[in-house]
Amino acid sequence: MPINYYIFLGVILFCIGVTGVLTRRNAIIIFMCIELMLNAVNLLLVAFSKMHHAIAAANQGAATTVGTEGQLFVFFIMVVAAAEVSVGLAIIVMMYRNTHSVDVNFLNRLKH
Amino acid sequence: MSITQILFWFLSILTIFSALMVITRKNPVYSVLWLIITFIAISGHYILLNAQFLAVVNVIVYAGAIMVLFLFVIMLMNLDADAEQTKNKWLQLAGVVAGGCLLLILVAALKGAENQAKTVEMGTGSIGLIENLGQVLFKQYILPFEISSVLFLSAMVGAVVIGKKN
Amino acid sequence: MSQLVYLVPLFPLVGFLVIGLGRNLWSKTLTGLIGCATVLASFVVSVMIFNEVRTPGFTPVTVKLFDFIHFGTLNINFAFQVDQLSSLFLLIITGVGSLIHIYSTSYMHEEKPHHFARYFCYLNLFVFSMLLLVLGANYVIMFIGWEGVGLCSYLLIGFWFTNGDYNYAARKAFIMNRIGDLAFLIGIFWILAQFGSVNYQDVFSRAQGGVTTSVVTGITLLLFIGATGKSAQIPLYTWLPDAMAGPTPVSALIHAATMVTAGIYMIARSNVLYTLAPATEGVIAVIGLCTAILAASIAIQQNDIKKVLAYSTVSQLGYMFLGLGVGAYTGAVFHVMTHAFFKALLFLGAGSVIHAMGGEQDIRKMGGLRKFMPVTWITFLIGTIAIAGIPPFSGFFSKDEILSHAYAHNPVLYIIGLFGALMTAFYMFRLLAMTFLGQFRGTHEQEHHLHESPAAITIPLIVLAVLAAGAGFLGIPAYMHPDAHILEKFLAPVFAASTDMKPLAETPAGVEWALTGASVVLILICSAWALAKFAKFTGPGKEATGFAKILENKWYVDELYDAVIVRPINGLAGFLNKYVERLGLDGIVNGIGRLVQYSGRQIRLLQSGQAGTYILLMVIGMVVLFIVQLFI
Repeated sequence: MPINYYIFLGVILFCIGVTGVLTRRNAIIIFMCIELMLNAVNLLLVAFSKMHHAIAAANQGAATTVGTEGQLFVFFIMVVAAAEVSVGLAIIVMMYRNTHSVDVNFLNRLKH
Repeated sequence: MSITQILFWFLSILTIFSALMVITRKNPVYSVLWLIITFIAISGHYILLNAQFLAVVNVIVYAGAIMVLFLFVIMLMNLDADAEQTKNKWLQLAGVVAGGCLLLILVAALKGAENQAKTVEMGTGSIGLIENLGQVLFKQYILPFEISSVLFLSAMVGAVVIGKKN
Repeated sequence: MSQLVYLVPLFPLVGFLVIGLGRNLWSKTLTGLIGCATVLASFVVSVMIFNEVRTPGFTPVTVKLFDFIHFGTLNINFAFQVDQLSSLFLLIITGVGSLIHIYSTSYMHEEKPHHFARYFCYLNLFVFSMLLLVLGANYVIMFIGWEGVGLCSYLLIGFWFTNGDYNYAARKAFIMNRIGDLAFLIGIFWILAQFGSVNYQDVFSRAQGGVTTSVVTGITLLLFIGATGKSAQIPLYTWLPDAMAGPTPVSALIHAATMVTAGIYMIARSNVLYTLAPATEGVIAVIGLCTAILAASIAIQQNDIKKVLAYSTVSQLGYMFLGLGVGAYTGAVFHVMTHAFFKALLFLGAGSVIHAMGGEQDIRKMGGLRKFMPVTWITFLIGTIAIAGIPPFSGFFSKDEILSHAYAHNPVLYIIGLFGALMTAFYMFRLLAMTFLGQFRGTHEQEHHLHESPAAITIPLIVLAVLAAGAGFLGIPAYMHPDAHILEKFLAPVFAASTDMKPLAETPAGVEWALTGASVVLILICSAWALAKFAKFTGPGKEATGFAKILENKWYVDELYDAVIVRPINGLAGFLNKYVERLGLDGIVNGIGRLVQYSGRQIRLLQSGQAGTYILLMVIGMVVLFIVQLFI
């Protein structure tokens, strides 16, 4: 598949995630849309790693390890996402305990 | 069309459809379930690209652990369909428009002619295999690997501290 | 010695600084000493320079001090030009100036020390500026001095600043000067544009090389308008009578002997340009003549001793301009010199009288002072005879030269000029008679205090009287004795270019003798008439009526200016203040402040605390950035 198709797929997923963040008021749903965006990026990274590997293999033979960094980076993104989710949900739980709601607009009470 | 291509198209449509379902469902539990389906579809993409390790890790970590965590929190708060008030209609429209604009911009920027020629190796390629990934991970990227364990530790401590009732 | 010409203005400048900075420190004696010493030192150097200039075959010397303005091809140097004209004026300024400084030490001795010091400081600054004016080698340096003397005139007229009327007079002088200065400045710009230089030598040689008559007429007219402001001609003369608000020595120095002659000097210096513009010369002659007649007519009805002398100054300046207008440059400069002597003498004598009368200036309250102040009486008499133009005193020779050249140009000018001379003789002898002859008409109080003035006052009077009597013999005209006009020979190189282009018309010697004889006889008749009429003056008499009233009210010119110029400008200023300043400019400035406040308030609403809005704005921002980055 030409790389373009993966690019479009990743971009569409990313923008759906952005729209979700802008459209919803529930903090948890917003968090999930962030995860969606991260996944779109992961997909793209893996696609690009395979593309580079394909190009390198065409030039130098099938035994190159050119694209591994891309996939390793995806691995680390998942690591960070996991940590982030745990901390973020803890915050949301604390927010719920204080305001008894998960509506992000209620956060403006922090102003007062 | 080869089987790879058919699978690619099917998985893409599934991904996009379930992503759309994620953002439009009122009931948060439904959103979580649709997100799980999205993750599984993306894992399917990974398998197509022969990134086997990542596909499995995606399912285990993302769909398995993270989404379960989300479900726990939702259940904890007893959220249901009418828990969330809808935003102002105009703001929602603005949000959709903004997202759409972003999509347009990115697509317009990225559809270069030179990308037409580059293809992705699908179905084959040994770089996605766990053995090769492990080789690179533990030789060149051992330091980030160790530091990520420190990251986990700090995240755990942080979560516990934030979650404490006092 | 001419290389050291910079010392001449340097001494008064140092005096100005020393006295000015130490005005709370030095005693009055020390201040007076420094003030007089500086001008005397300048006089000594001027004499030495004059000796050098007098040697036959002397060519003008330009002494450059430093580069003043250097801009592309434009090069204006701070340079002094030493030639016959400037050295003559140097002598007049420093000589008469030092006499007046000595006089002032006694006249102003009642002032407090710091006011006394302020006076001498301004006076020294004035001498410095006037010296710059006559020494400058180009129009720009002349203009610096021109402005400087205008400033000092303002400072000194308003010397007793606690009096509001005096301040008004000082402002009036300065503003009228300024109007002239504007025209002068535009003239300089035009000279610069036309000739590419402001140096006298460059301008005159290029002008003779070839310049259209209309251009040079325009330039000379503008310069002449500047001269009318400085030298009090129609229409900018009304400041000079009001300037009598200043101390009398100031009136003597500035408004009789030096500043008001700056215009004459300027035109005499630019004689090449004026000879090339006969139309302007005609204008100058007519305006000079009209001013002479107008001022003389007003002087006849004035009752303040200083005002009579002020109008007399305006009138005599008119004669000088008449001389310039008919091409008699030497005659005009000659009259400048003799006028400096006898007018300074008259003013200083008036000061002596005012001092003795305890500040009284109304001549109707004086009379019979010759018994009490003999020295003042004799010197004043000499001055009066000189100004009337009675031979053999100096005024006769200089005025006669101007009038005979006027006759050669156009007999009508001569007739009218002669009429003005008759009026001059009349009002001067009227002044003399009412002040010194007859019975004393003042109060008993004043009569007790009448005494001759101290030496510091009388000695300058005597010196000036000698000069006023004898200076005429420097300019014996050709028809009386061939080749005896020392001044003309001396100044010939300065005016050579003009006389080459347009030789002065000659009248036969016989006609000249006839004219001179007739004029002398008529003047003597007028003088005797005035003496007879006013020697027995016994009190104010009835109010002036009819034509006399018009003369006494100065032809209502001040009122005319007030109605036509001052009031509309005040109205315009008020209108601009109310609408343009308050509503417009203040509105804009305050409006900007209010706009900033308003927009701040509105923008603050963005900070709603709504996280959703923030994210929306962030995404929009990202989209815009992408667009800009990728597509523009």
